Amino acid sequence: MKDLMKRLTEAYGPSGDEEQIRDLIRAEVESLADELRVDTLGNLIAAKKGQGGGKRVMLAAHMDEIGLIISYVDEKGFLRAQPIGGLDLTTLAGGRIVFSDGAVGVIAPENREDFRKEPELSKLYIDVGATSYDEAKGRLGQPAGFLRPFVDLGKRVVAKAFDDRIGCVVLIETLRRLQDTPHEVYFVFSVQEEVGLRGARTGAYGVDPEIGIAVDITASGDTPEARKMAMKLGAGPCIKVRDSGMLAHPGVKDLLIETAEAREIPYQLEVLAAGSTDAAAIQLSRSGVPAGCVSVACRYYHTPSEMVDVDDVENTVRLLVALLEEPIEL
Amino acid sequence: MLLEQLSNAFGPSGDEGEVRRILARALRDKVDDLRTDALGNLVAFKQGTGPEPRLKVMVDAHTDEIGLMVTRIEKNGLLGFRAVGGIDDRLLLAKRVVVGSERLPGVILAPPIHLSKPEQRQNVIKIDQLAIDIGASSADEAKKLVSIGDYVAFDTQFESLSTDGLRTVKGKAFDDRAGCAVAALLAEETYPLDLYLSFSAQEEVGLRGARVAAYRIEPDVAIALEGTVCDDLPKKKDVSPTTRLGHGPAISVMDRTFIADRRLVKLLVDTAEANGIPYQYRQPGVGGTDAGAIHLARAGVPAVAVAVPCRYIHAPVSMLSLDDFDRLVALMKAALQALPEYWKKQAR
Repeated sequence: MKDLMKRLTEAYGPSGDEEQIRDLIRAEVESLADELRVDTLGNLIAAKKGQGGGKRVMLAAHMDEIGLIISYVDEKGFLRAQPIGGLDLTTLAGGRIVFSDGAVGVIAPENREDFRKEPELSKLYIDVGATSYDEAKGRLGQPAGFLRPFVDLGKRVVAKAFDDRIGCVVLIETLRRLQDTPHEVYFVFSVQEEVGLRGARTGAYGVDPEIGIAVDITASGDTPEARKMAMKLGAGPCIKVRDSGMLAHPGVKDLLIETAEAREIPYQLEVLAAGSTDAAAIQLSRSGVPAGCVSVACRYYHTPSEMVDVDDVENTVRLLVALLEEPIEL
Repeated sequence: MLLEQLSNAFGPSGDEGEVRRILARALRDKVDDLRTDALGNLVAFKQGTGPEPRLKVMVDAHTDEIGLMVTRIEKNGLLGFRAVGGIDDRLLLAKRVVVGSERLPGVILAPPIHLSKPEQRQNVIKIDQLAIDIGASSADEAKKLVSIGDYVAFDTQFESLSTDGLRTVKGKAFDDRAGCAVAALLAEETYPLDLYLSFSAQEEVGLRGARVAAYRIEPDVAIALEGTVCDDLPKKKDVSPTTRLGHGPAISVMDRTFIADRRLVKLLVDTAEANGIPYQYRQPGVGGTDAGAIHLARAGVPAVAVAVPCRYIHAPVSMLSLDDFDRLVALMKAALQALPEYWKKQAR
């Protein structure tokens, strides 16, 4: 799975420009799915049709990542940008961005001290090595992702965009391992989560599921002086109880807990103060969908160095495979 | 001129009837169907030429404008009010307004400079400390003329400023009567697609009309037309103007409410270039349009937004260049003609 993690996290795919990451995932799931389609907003939907008698289940993991979009090119060829998704501005200065064509830019503060005091995006510019306006002007309106390689630390791995490429890895691996299921399972690799759960909303309307489960990352409270929260790396998949956008359906939450206990898969409960996932959009689709979420605890999310635990990823896959092998009654 | 009539019309969010009537008159003989839905969206349908199945295209422009609503009648006959849509408190003092279905003239009060201390003049007077004066001397007199809940619009007449150069005009509510006028002019031609012109209500209070219009129309593709922020006056630093007056239609790639479908952005850019129409990108990241609601309708709709740059929007008076306006009409007509062939090649 580490090879897949490396390929997916290093791929380019800020919200709204998911074509490259979609093609990569499509190549992985093509031979595993009974049906494959891309919907109007760009969600990649792989279906596995079970033996029947089960439920229509939607699993969602988002392909998109946070990034920047170029909003201005000045007369010397320096760029200005607006955010795509929730950026931690303090992690940007000195970092690099990459455009869809592979071109790279350096993010720099106008004045370091001033930026440190008041980190604002308007105080940063991007230097693409251009020596004139004409050289850089084509970048206007183009999105960019962050550039940072995947690193294998053994039990832990570090990369940009584990939010939510790790969810994509989990979905692909679940689809690969799932042999017999009574359910009709839709693996939705969604777009535009980071800008407001938009892909999952239209994806859920199209799939019209009876149960929805998002797979995403969540914050962890196991670092020095961290905000108090129960989730930590290596303690198993986090079964969501609530976050700021959703109260998990109690039936879905309990089903996940019972499955984990029956199969002796470690798990932890997740109560997240701020942030949400695709499950919040799925839950409100059409006349409502029982929805829940399984999260992989992640340190340093929304920075270029997000860290997850490999065992957590493995156990998340095991939990979802176990859930889908059995009949579901809520 | 249709733009003039639309700009002068009264139509804060939720009270778009007058705008709707002007549009219906202009469109009646040019479209195949015309109807108003439950939220007050006026939807005109123009059937396309060529074989079925034809692409179903929604072109949206919102009929409503920012305005005010009367929320209390004071003992002295003054009218307290709240904003309908996004209004900067600093723009309100001493403005001329019209109130209610009788279009009563009124003035937003302003303390005379003689009675205010210099330090008081440093502070913005908040909207809840302001009132509209309709010249009534008591609550009883005011109540005969006005009810709580009456809408208020700015009293601004359309005017032409320059007939050469950028051909600038001024008026109120170019956001989005400019879009409405462009959309209505599109009905002059027939296209190889089924065209739904949605003149949508209640955009300024949260993209509400477009949301239900898109649900009903169920389009294959949507294009929102706007009068958008233009902030091109000289600045100290070489930083972004949102759009520039006279530099052509402004194409959105991303704002707070949506990320444009990149295929549709390319269609507009390619069409502009092929026809020698100047265009610009709207500064990404800020503001929002009906495309934000439309692209999330049902299972999703590929959408883009394109706008006439307007200086001083969300103010009692705004300004645009008729050159930009005419170019948006030309760009849209050409893009709609090209859309079906182009779209066939865009499968993913």
